[in-house]
Amino acid sequence: MRQMIPIWFFVGSLLTAYGVLILIAAIQGEASSANATLAMGNLHLQFWWAGALLILGPVWMIRYYPGHKKHN
Amino acid sequence: MLDPRMFCIFFTAHTGLLSLGPIDLTIIVLYFILVLGLGIYLRQFAETSNDFFMAGREMTAWIAGLSFISANLGSLEMMGYAAAAYQYGIIVAHAYWIAAIPAILFLALVMLPFYYICKTHSVPGYLRLRYGEGARTVSAVSFAIMTILMSGINMYSMAIIMKVILGWNIHFSIWVSSLTVGIYVMSGGLLSAIFNEVLQFVLIWLGCLAIPIAGLIETGGWHGLVRRINAAMPGQDFTHLWHSLGSANSNPMGVHWTGVVFGWGIAISFGYWTTDFLVVQRVMAAKDLRSAQLGTILGAFLKMMVPLIVIVPGLLALVVLPFKLVPETMAGLPGVHTYNEVLPLMLARYCGPGLLGLGITALIAGFMSGMAGNVSAFATVWTYDIYQPLIRKTASDQHYLKMGRWCSLLGVVASIGTAYLVMDFSSIIVYAQMLFGFFIVPMFATVILGMLWKRTTPAAGLWGLVAGILSAFGLWAWVKLDPAALRYVAFSSNARDMAENVYRAMWTLIIGLTVTVLVTFFTKPKPDAELHGLVYGLTPMPSGEAIPFFYRPITWACIVGAGFVALNIIFW
Repeated sequence: MRQMIPIWFFVGSLLTAYGVLILIAAIQGEASSANATLAMGNLHLQFWWAGALLILGPVWMIRYYPGHKKHN
Repeated sequence: MLDPRMFCIFFTAHTGLLSLGPIDLTIIVLYFILVLGLGIYLRQFAETSNDFFMAGREMTAWIAGLSFISANLGSLEMMGYAAAAYQYGIIVAHAYWIAAIPAILFLALVMLPFYYICKTHSVPGYLRLRYGEGARTVSAVSFAIMTILMSGINMYSMAIIMKVILGWNIHFSIWVSSLTVGIYVMSGGLLSAIFNEVLQFVLIWLGCLAIPIAGLIETGGWHGLVRRINAAMPGQDFTHLWHSLGSANSNPMGVHWTGVVFGWGIAISFGYWTTDFLVVQRVMAAKDLRSAQLGTILGAFLKMMVPLIVIVPGLLALVVLPFKLVPETMAGLPGVHTYNEVLPLMLARYCGPGLLGLGITALIAGFMSGMAGNVSAFATVWTYDIYQPLIRKTASDQHYLKMGRWCSLLGVVASIGTAYLVMDFSSIIVYAQMLFGFFIVPMFATVILGMLWKRTTPAAGLWGLVAGILSAFGLWAWVKLDPAALRYVAFSSNARDMAENVYRAMWTLIIGLTVTVLVTFFTKPKPDAELHGLVYGLTPMPSGEAIPFFYRPITWACIVGAGFVALNIIFW
């Protein structure tokens, strides 16, 4: 049977892409002051989330890269 | 010919709660591309009926556990219980603790070995081995009906999200979203559903965690939130789990502690977590029994954490939203938002572009996997427990595989009709609990006696199941026809819908158990030789002595159990 690509690789790829997109949105929001209307906008949650996704996503991608190691 | 205006609905959000920017839409579109791509990719791994219906029984404990808990953490869970927390307060967290943890641990340590050792494909399949075709057919048909109805709930939840956030037409959303899920599940079967559930679990936490973090900072932490709720709701206890359960009149739900413990904590909980095939199917797909048990215990731990992203947002909404939410029956009135919209509203409050897209994707993922889970369970039960024994006994494996694929699509189409039924209920979760009471609680009475008492006879299993289902419907109809009957069914005329559900489940369990026991004494049991691998005392249980202490399921079950006790004391 063919070796199945681990689900964690797909999850990592998606989170990495999301991290990049949210970072872009955060920078745009700061530049245009669009986030000022949000409740608790001063927390800058988008930057925190983008950072977390850009750490978590690539870690999973590399760890579960197809052929890197036998995983399920 | 499609009307071009239909396409505009996808990309305009001016009638919704807010507008999604291009990045938010990109995040949603990326999710859909990945989900559909996964379905197509996994099709090559679903070559036999065992692959399609049981994911080849190759899942690790982590995957099985995440999938197990994600099958329960659909949009129904998130939106429904957030709405219920807004209505009834923290008391709803019982759904995650006493109404889940003991039952999940019981499944892992006591019931799972029977399911796993007898190698059945489904819970109705176990009933066939234990009691015969009659009990199997009744449970399979009732379960098939329930999955379709539950699938409708998920579809409706999805449509609500689309309506509130994006301004999409609710009926249009139901049809478009169901088509996507149909294609996806049809391709990869249970494997697709499990992959989607793991993805969903990660997205839900990442997408919804922003709400409690920002909300608790805004309200000054947990103690600040409690102070503000008490000030906003004088005379009502929204912030204690057990403190207000001494009387049905002293809590917003109108329930006494007996209803919470016996109705919710035993009848509904044990029924759902140990016999609802939708969740049990996930851990039965594990590669071995220990993985199945550890995965289930992992699921219990994760379940304990969920109130942070579901109950806390509901409580926060009580004090931070500048308007009051209303029951679903008032939906459509200008300027009002319903209980079921509480989670999307909180998302809109705290999440800016990008993060909002992630949060909405999480809710969509919850819907997708909730529906996919029900549809895949429906396909399994229909094919193995209705079609194969009753319609076509002998056919090739490829024929049953094809049947599974097509009835996945059929399940989606049938769900569309049921989605419209949900609109008549004041809360999504009330509707779901009602269904569990009708179909799952009676099954638990039959299964548990069959597993633990070898004297239970095939006739008793069948009639106990039938009596349980009929009594659940009877009690519901009694209160519908005569609302004054609520004081007898739920011990209080002040009982709300959810309280009525938990007491009805309690009576149903008592009636089901009583009838099964009584019939057993007057009918002939099966010989012991036919019960090996099915009943306690006649099933060789695997010894855990060779496994290091740290890797034994019982060790982890004790740790999770201690956490459960601690949470109940902290929020007493």
